[in-house]
Amino acid sequence: MLPLLVVAVTALQSGPAEAFALVWRPRVAELLRNTVSLVVLTGTLSAVLGVGAAWLVERTALPGAGLWRVAFVAPLAVPAFVNSFAWAALVPGFSGLGGAVLVTTLSYFPFVFLPVAALLRSTDPGLEEAARSLGLGPVRTFLRVGLAQLRPALLGGLLLVALHLLAEFGALEMLRFPTFTTAILDQYEVAFDSRSGSVLALVLMGLAVTVLTLEMLARGRTRHARVGAGSARRPTRARLGALTVPALLATGGLAVLAVGVPAWSIGTWLTRTGEAYEPVVLGPAVRSTLGLALVAALVTTVATFPAAWLLARRRSRFAVLVERVTYLASSLPGVVVALALIALAIGYARPLYQTAPVLVLAYAVLFVPRAMVTTRAAIAAVPPELGDAARALGDGPLRAFARVQLPLMLRGTMAGFALVFIAVSTELTATLLLAPTGTQTLATAFWSASSSLDYAAAAPYAAALVVLSAPLTWLLLRSGREEPAT
Amino acid sequence: MIPRRTLLLATVAGAALGLSGCGSDSLEATGDLDDGKLTIYSAQHKNLTEAWGRAFQDETGIEVQVRYGNDSSMGAQIVQEGQASPADVFLTENSPAMTTVQNAGMLAEVAPATLERVEPRFVPSTKEWTGIAARSTVLVYNPSMISEDELPASIMDLADPRYAGQWSAAAGGADFQAIVSAILQVEGAEQTEAWLKALKSDAKVYQNNIATMKAVNEGQSAMGIIYHYYWYRDQALQKASSGNTALHYFRNEDPGAFVSVSGGGVLRSSAKQDQAQRFLAFVTSPAGQEILRTEDVKEYAVGTGDASDPALPTIASLQPPDIDPFTLEQQKVIDLMTQAGLL
Repeated sequence: MLPLLVVAVTALQSGPAEAFALVWRPRVAELLRNTVSLVVLTGTLSAVLGVGAAWLVERTALPGAGLWRVAFVAPLAVPAFVNSFAWAALVPGFSGLGGAVLVTTLSYFPFVFLPVAALLRSTDPGLEEAARSLGLGPVRTFLRVGLAQLRPALLGGLLLVALHLLAEFGALEMLRFPTFTTAILDQYEVAFDSRSGSVLALVLMGLAVTVLTLEMLARGRTRHARVGAGSARRPTRARLGALTVPALLATGGLAVLAVGVPAWSIGTWLTRTGEAYEPVVLGPAVRSTLGLALVAALVTTVATFPAAWLLARRRSRFAVLVERVTYLASSLPGVVVALALIALAIGYARPLYQTAPVLVLAYAVLFVPRAMVTTRAAIAAVPPELGDAARALGDGPLRAFARVQLPLMLRGTMAGFALVFIAVSTELTATLLLAPTGTQTLATAFWSASSSLDYAAAAPYAAALVVLSAPLTWLLLRSGREEPAT
Repeated sequence: MIPRRTLLLATVAGAALGLSGCGSDSLEATGDLDDGKLTIYSAQHKNLTEAWGRAFQDETGIEVQVRYGNDSSMGAQIVQEGQASPADVFLTENSPAMTTVQNAGMLAEVAPATLERVEPRFVPSTKEWTGIAARSTVLVYNPSMISEDELPASIMDLADPRYAGQWSAAAGGADFQAIVSAILQVEGAEQTEAWLKALKSDAKVYQNNIATMKAVNEGQSAMGIIYHYYWYRDQALQKASSGNTALHYFRNEDPGAFVSVSGGGVLRSSAKQDQAQRFLAFVTSPAGQEILRTEDVKEYAVGTGDASDPALPTIASLQPPDIDPFTLEQQKVIDLMTQAGLL
């Protein structure tokens, strides 16, 4: 919550009149137009592609479903700014709204695909069959019944897409498409701690809250669970018949664009590293990336544990409030959190300014929810009675926890640890602002090479980033498979 | 079971903490600054700063550590840090950032012997910092897209509608903002505002000089405003980013012929005044200036009688406008660019 306050205070320091003048200008209108059209276009396209691909994979007899499932989650292993580098290095002059929508859609549609596919796989087809028997055709059935059932998954996916778009810096800066986040970093570059930057951050924060609210409103209070007893059946798969070839072409095309292009582009440039202007020094960048990611993941997981425990075991108003606040903070773009921490460090903790602890703190603020989700589930899965049993057998409360419950919770907690680790190792925006002098991570080293369009020097960093995030695909696929029925 | 896991986690964390502190063999400071070393805040290019720092260490035995940054943000950062700033010396690529620090009253006067070595045109009237190198504004163009006789006579002519969509610049960077400050001084606020409006509507904005030059080389833009040394450096290598391009100099004391002065200053708050002054003296000495010629830097030398790289046209032949580098204003430029919607 602190970031919110700090940014608001900095923004209003100059008095409401100046703040108003800074907000009410054509540049802000332009940024707003760009940001909103990007969110709307990419959101729509991601919804169409995500739902379409999920339906083809889960509900039709399309050959190779397992393969496609991997292919449509794999884009998440390529950070968006690496993806836009891949496209720009392949297609000269690739830029603007069109380019931005294409790249961000290809990077983010898996956020829709993943939950929708999981839901399609597990929902009872009974409702849809009822609609068919009442005279609706297959298309109208899908639109009126299927989509309505998918609503929570679709909205959740779209929320993620929108929040990522608001926070995206690297991909859009590279495609010369200015949004609030890129403009804030430009301002920072020019004036270090600029009021104008904080005012823009305030507007950006407003957008993030708007997106969150819209999602809550759209989710509504509809009931999505099955009514009545009886076990749910596995849904049947529609035969595609003559449509098999076009469907294969469509999924194949999407896979080529989303996975093939970045793989091919990075691969080609990897073979040309000899042409690099700046020498490529992977070693130190890999070391500092891994070091920061390990410490940040550890800190985040440990910090999350007590709150997750409270949420899973003693769900009080306070615990719920804590949860919501952390979600809100993490929906803030990295740039806002970073600016706030800079202001705090300079104002109140000067010795910490430009040191690793501040950066680690930023990572923790940004990525707590990722650890929260899995840790909470892990804690909830361990019956509290086990602890009671251990205590009845003579263990003290701490010992009972450490010997019996903690080991059982470790697996889920480790998954959270891994998620945070991957997120940190590919984080760019906050790292650019907060990294201690002399510390280059893979993401910032990649960034400095690619912003000079030194593609050959950027490629090894890009490849390393992809390798680091690859386990994410596996983790997500696994969790998608285990998702219980609604 | 648990002790082993705990041990593992502890090892991992320890290793991580240890690793994140590791550095390379450059002069760049990693993590905490070492109080014993002379601290340089450098917004100059890394290769140049390192070459100067190493040669200075070899000659004087004074150890040097460097923090790197960009002109504007580093200048503002020093002002923010105030009296507590760990910086002893500040090096910039352009003068406006130095002026920011000077106007905050944070610079000490440069030793007279140092200033006497430097050509008078590269010394500000306040004598609180000195020129250490210089760079010239140029227009890089792609002859297959625009012929030499179609090129604008003045940088101001780029605002002409006939060039709409054909030119580009790295408007977000401090380099370009220094050029704008020259335009502001030669042409006045009104003309500058109109020119920036044209830039906003007619030109493509790239991330930096190299990206601008590459865009011209690849035919995405016919002309781009950059500094000369990016082009000469690429020409000396494989010409991968400039092979299809040529340079156009505006000359005639046009604001587009602006020669930007890279500055060096000593912080008043520094406890190492003597060493810091020796560093500036070294950089402006014949040995320091020779590095500009020998290290593929391609920036101009500013010491009296010191030769620049032979590939470059002489500064006199550039016919730059007569501007006191001290009076170049950063804030006014940023305000104008903000108004024009560029920032």
